[in-house]
Amino acid sequence: MSARDEILGRVRSALVGASPAVEVPRGYRTRGDASVDVLALFAERVADYRADVVRCSPDEVEAMIAGALAGARAVVPPELGWHVPDAVVDTGLSALELDELDAVVTAAAVGIAETGTVVLDHGPGQGRRALSLVPDLHVCVVLAEQVVAGVPEGVARLDPTRPTTWISGPSATSDIELNRVEGVHGPRRLVVVLVG
Amino acid sequence: MSATFVGMPAFPEAARNALADAQLRGNLALATRTIRGKRLRVVGELPDWEELRLAGAALKDSALLSLDSSLERLEASLTAAGATVHWASDAAEACSIVASVARDHGVDEVVKVKSMATQEIELNEHLAAEGIAAWETDLAELIVQLGDDLPSHILVPAIHRNRAEIREIFLRRMADVGRPAPADLTDEPVELANAARLHLREKFLRAKVAVSGANFAVADTGTLVVVESEGNGRMCLTLPDVLVSVVGIEKVVPTWQDLEVFLQLLPRSSTGERMNPYTSTWTGVTPGDGPQEVHVVLLDNGRTRALADEVGRQALRCIRCSACLNVCPVYERTGGHAYGSVYPGPIGAILNPLLRGVGESDQLDSLPYASSLCGACFEACPVRIDIPSVLVDLRAKVVDAHRPSAKPEAAAMKAAAWSFGSGSRLGVLERASGVFGGLASRMVRRRSTSGRTALSRLPFAGAWTGARDLPAPPKESFRAWWKRTDGGRR
Repeated sequence: MSARDEILGRVRSALVGASPAVEVPRGYRTRGDASVDVLALFAERVADYRADVVRCSPDEVEAMIAGALAGARAVVPPELGWHVPDAVVDTGLSALELDELDAVVTAAAVGIAETGTVVLDHGPGQGRRALSLVPDLHVCVVLAEQVVAGVPEGVARLDPTRPTTWISGPSATSDIELNRVEGVHGPRRLVVVLVG
Repeated sequence: MSATFVGMPAFPEAARNALADAQLRGNLALATRTIRGKRLRVVGELPDWEELRLAGAALKDSALLSLDSSLERLEASLTAAGATVHWASDAAEACSIVASVARDHGVDEVVKVKSMATQEIELNEHLAAEGIAAWETDLAELIVQLGDDLPSHILVPAIHRNRAEIREIFLRRMADVGRPAPADLTDEPVELANAARLHLREKFLRAKVAVSGANFAVADTGTLVVVESEGNGRMCLTLPDVLVSVVGIEKVVPTWQDLEVFLQLLPRSSTGERMNPYTSTWTGVTPGDGPQEVHVVLLDNGRTRALADEVGRQALRCIRCSACLNVCPVYERTGGHAYGSVYPGPIGAILNPLLRGVGESDQLDSLPYASSLCGACFEACPVRIDIPSVLVDLRAKVVDAHRPSAKPEAAAMKAAAWSFGSGSRLGVLERASGVFGGLASRMVRRRSTSGRTALSRLPFAGAWTGARDLPAPPKESFRAWWKRTDGGRR
């Protein structure tokens, strides 16, 4: 008998007499409180993780990116909607080549205010997953209309067939005496540019 | 690097050794106090925490109570997304599947994301025996691996180590397996984290095969989820060409939407953050992005045994957050090693016997007694596992497994029922107890924290008093005092 048949057989005999019908009570909040300013909350919660947050209007984005990079050598995905002077455009760089660069600039898919989270779905302007991982500084541009109040609204906006990366502050660890320390393997600095 | 839990003594003996280690107790008290405070703050922020717990418990139950069809759905959606699905009924099968994938690609090393399932099956030891090095990349796992040590906490396996010990391990061992630690390394956590970054980066950049677990597996879509902090998980899940994920069959959740519940419950319960720094989700193979060969090993290894236990099956809801460890008065004092398993603390006290069977070993059978039944674990559990009830049920099963030789505890309970059943019998026994109390106070060796004299060991009830201090009986019972003084009037 294959391991598959063996396991499924054991599951079925373990569940003899058990009722498979379970009612799931969904009494939790699925919509944010309308009186809350989600953009202000998002900015505050992202900053709580010791990420840098800058807010600007749509025509100031390129200046904000340049300010955050401060001359660092950056890689950008194809189709990033903003011009980054002197940036390398990703054409399938190897991990070693990415490791030679200081920074990456990407767009985002969703921002979640309550948890201070940016979600990338690695669509246009966001690049493949390695891009926003290997360089040490990540500048991430989030549009006001991408920001939702809570996790349920964020999950609803995402497509499960795409890979997603949820980012809440810079890389960190709590493994030494359970205190949070920023900066391990992912980008040690995160700058979120919130537009609008 | 072959530290193992095999041959660990039963809990009472292991706990006595741990309690004598003042450094360990200091490290644990500091760490658990810190994490309890953080958890309470972020859980308190959510007005709907109880509703989330109820939903989380019900969602896991709905997947578990139809686990056969949940797994068939998961398999079909994973396959449709380009992943190769393997089934492993025990640890040996799972290890040899992972080893054969590594061999097929001719590698002598793999990088690993922290994973309880791969610890449970002792994958690293198995791969080492086949000449394949498995590099742990989570900071705490690295500390444990370099220190030839055993994990003592689900979330923070090196919780028993303080910063000075970690510095010493890095300086002594990193050079043996790769880039050495900086010679001027201090015990500042920022410097220790940076030493790990430099040491592991060369391994990430050259690795061809990665091994992970998964926190959740979505049946409807075939999406796997890894929740982490450092970015080592993202490195392993993204950079190598080949990814093998070992996933316990209880990790399945019904739909993508259900993650809206678990991605709120898990980070707040585990690291005490609103959200952990990084969560990765992936669905099979994405052309041009990440590993182009994706394997998923669905692991039983005792989970179907636990599923067959009507009371105990709720333990399979566990999302490995470790909140129950941090609030447990027993865990806080003994640490994780005393439980003799990669699953320590209250959840380990039920999960280990449920996975491996009652009556199999004294070590396993001792675990359901490693609790004061205070109930703090149930209060903290984000998926409402009623650990105290399962503990009591397992104690009954342990007693049943050891019949016909009646336990002294059972005999004592019977005797108590007889004496409390009649006032005159109770009076006689109280007088006897008073005589004993007089003797005891003369031979007593210490006072309890309440200032009362305490007996630390009784010759005829060693199993009971070996792990507890018994207050010495007073010389005169309340009833005798009342009679002698006419209720205090004389």
